Amino acid sequence: MQLSREALLAAYRQMKIIREFEERLHVEIQTGEIAGFTHLYCGQEAVAVGVCEHLSPADKIVSTHRGHGHCLAKGCDVNDMMKEIWGSREGLCKGKGGSMHIADVTKGMLGANGIVGAGAPIAVGAALASRVDGPGPDGLKIAIAFSGDGACNQGTTFEAMNLAAVTKAPCIFVFENNHYSEHTGVSYAVGTNQDIASRAEAFGMKAWRADGTDFFAVHDTMREVLDYVRAGHGPAAVEFDTERFFGHFEGDPQRYRGPGELDRIRATRDCLTRFRASVKGAGLLSDADLDAVDDDVMAAIEGAVAAARAAARPTPEDVLADVYIAY
Amino acid sequence: MSNMMYRAAVLSTIMEEMERDPNVVVLGEDVVGGMGTEGGPEAIGGIWSTSTGLYDRFGATRVIDTPISESAIVGAAAGLALSGKRPIAELMFADFIGVSLDQIWNQIAKFRYMFGGKTRCPAVIRMAYGAGYNAAAQHSQSVHQILTGMPGLKVVMPTTPADVKGLLRTAIRDDDPVIFLEHKALYATTGEVPDDRDFMIPFGHARLSRAGGDVTIISSGLLLGMCEAVADKLKGEGIGCDVIDLRTTSPLDEETILDSVEVTGRVVVVDEAPPRCGLGADLCALVAEKAFSSLKAPPLQVTPPHTPIPFARELESAYLPSVDKIEAAVRRVLAWR
Repeated sequence: MQLSREALLAAYRQMKIIREFEERLHVEIQTGEIAGFTHLYCGQEAVAVGVCEHLSPADKIVSTHRGHGHCLAKGCDVNDMMKEIWGSREGLCKGKGGSMHIADVTKGMLGANGIVGAGAPIAVGAALASRVDGPGPDGLKIAIAFSGDGACNQGTTFEAMNLAAVTKAPCIFVFENNHYSEHTGVSYAVGTNQDIASRAEAFGMKAWRADGTDFFAVHDTMREVLDYVRAGHGPAAVEFDTERFFGHFEGDPQRYRGPGELDRIRATRDCLTRFRASVKGAGLLSDADLDAVDDDVMAAIEGAVAAARAAARPTPEDVLADVYIAY
Repeated sequence: MSNMMYRAAVLSTIMEEMERDPNVVVLGEDVVGGMGTEGGPEAIGGIWSTSTGLYDRFGATRVIDTPISESAIVGAAAGLALSGKRPIAELMFADFIGVSLDQIWNQIAKFRYMFGGKTRCPAVIRMAYGAGYNAAAQHSQSVHQILTGMPGLKVVMPTTPADVKGLLRTAIRDDDPVIFLEHKALYATTGEVPDDRDFMIPFGHARLSRAGGDVTIISSGLLLGMCEAVADKLKGEGIGCDVIDLRTTSPLDEETILDSVEVTGRVVVVDEAPPRCGLGADLCALVAEKAFSSLKAPPLQVTPPHTPIPFARELESAYLPSVDKIEAAVRRVLAWR
């Protein structure tokens, strides 16, 4: 652990923001105020934060349908995201995208994506754009493709890994293995003995594996991976073993879970609880420090929900806007 | 002006735009050709000769030879475009959109709308389309029917070398995604092309290739030449045909079509794609809705039948529209009382 007190607090705050953003949506969705399909990221916060904290806005990420955590970690505004999920015309995407299509290109966030497996080729394109620009003082700008254990079975992901390998594109394939692709277990759906990283290795890439519920493991692993890719060695991959605290989508009855499974993973595999224990044990932060962050985050989420409720609704005329720049 | 082939107009426009703008990047299968072989890079230079010499001139970062991975090609174009580049992706055959359709339809076409108008995706997806080479059902299709119906895409199908030049330059400089359809049976045709390196043709402006005033024939691509042949023949009989080359199917130049139909009252749409839910049906509906009072006969479409494209020479000929079929349709709308 070489992180400063400020960096530790920032990482904790970012993970806590994602957690409470999602926990609040889980509650608000029951009221019927939020339209459409929502897929919550709770449980996987250490991955989004441990990856994105190393990135600048010029580094790109492409996300998944479970994208709120990636968006927040890459710098999308909390209020603008909440307004988007509420369908407001003041939302980050003016109410046109919703939960599955949040993007902010100015932050290097090239979009959550409703199509499982669609993101990896797009990330390779962003990495090829970096290759055109060449390295800056800190090495190459990189692109990250977030994929789940579901997307690792799409042919698009294989095409993307191969294209990145043959072009030596500075692309990192981050696989978040939360053990479920929708409602199907990884032991059934991932044919390579449940080992996703080995697929990247089969394309000639260097691959890492780490515990995605341990923020420090994610942080340290990504430091290594990023140094390797920014130096121009070509693409790389990481598989993070993580947990999904909610269902595939909000409303999922989760009948596929084992007895006591949710209680067990919340008790033993919660990245926020583990972070608190680590920093307290090492004497880096106190309960008071972390509780102060918690209070601050709860107020921020409360404010975001209030702002989303009060935000302007779109008008029928808005349907026609922004299909083309000029037509 | 220079006399050049349709395919040379493609290549020279890409070359000029890559020289002008360092953000223009080319990618696709065999766009270099020969990578990883004893023959070496540029051993082929693209099977349509539309990328020959680009790799030697601009190098591997801007001329990206890809594996046979159409989803990755179009997806990479999407990522390049979102990252500030102007990719020109090539699908060797238009039929291969099937492999990459998610990236075209769910990604590139929708980014700007889904992201609230805050992004631009200036990608050009070029592809060779069309029948005439007995290449059968998976290497001969006209795909504008599928792509024109997708909001967010612009769809261009040039007929002449000059239009290739003007429309491809517009496509590359356009900030929206553009599908650029090149008819493979037109690649070797020649024509006069302006030398001006800023020569551009705006989208949504059809070209009146024959003016007559008695009947309106609408087409684009390979079949336009057949429409012109019919018009030239009927002119000898004192029958005047307006022949409209659409140039782009999205956006559509409704004004030129409706202006012509208001004068002629008789319309034939000639299209290389099958008849159901296609361009012909679309344009017949357009004139029925917006020029009904001018019509003197039911609008007709001349298209292939609702079948896949067959292989044998006799079968492909029977399948495709022809000068005779177009002439028969024109005479039918003229004879309507």
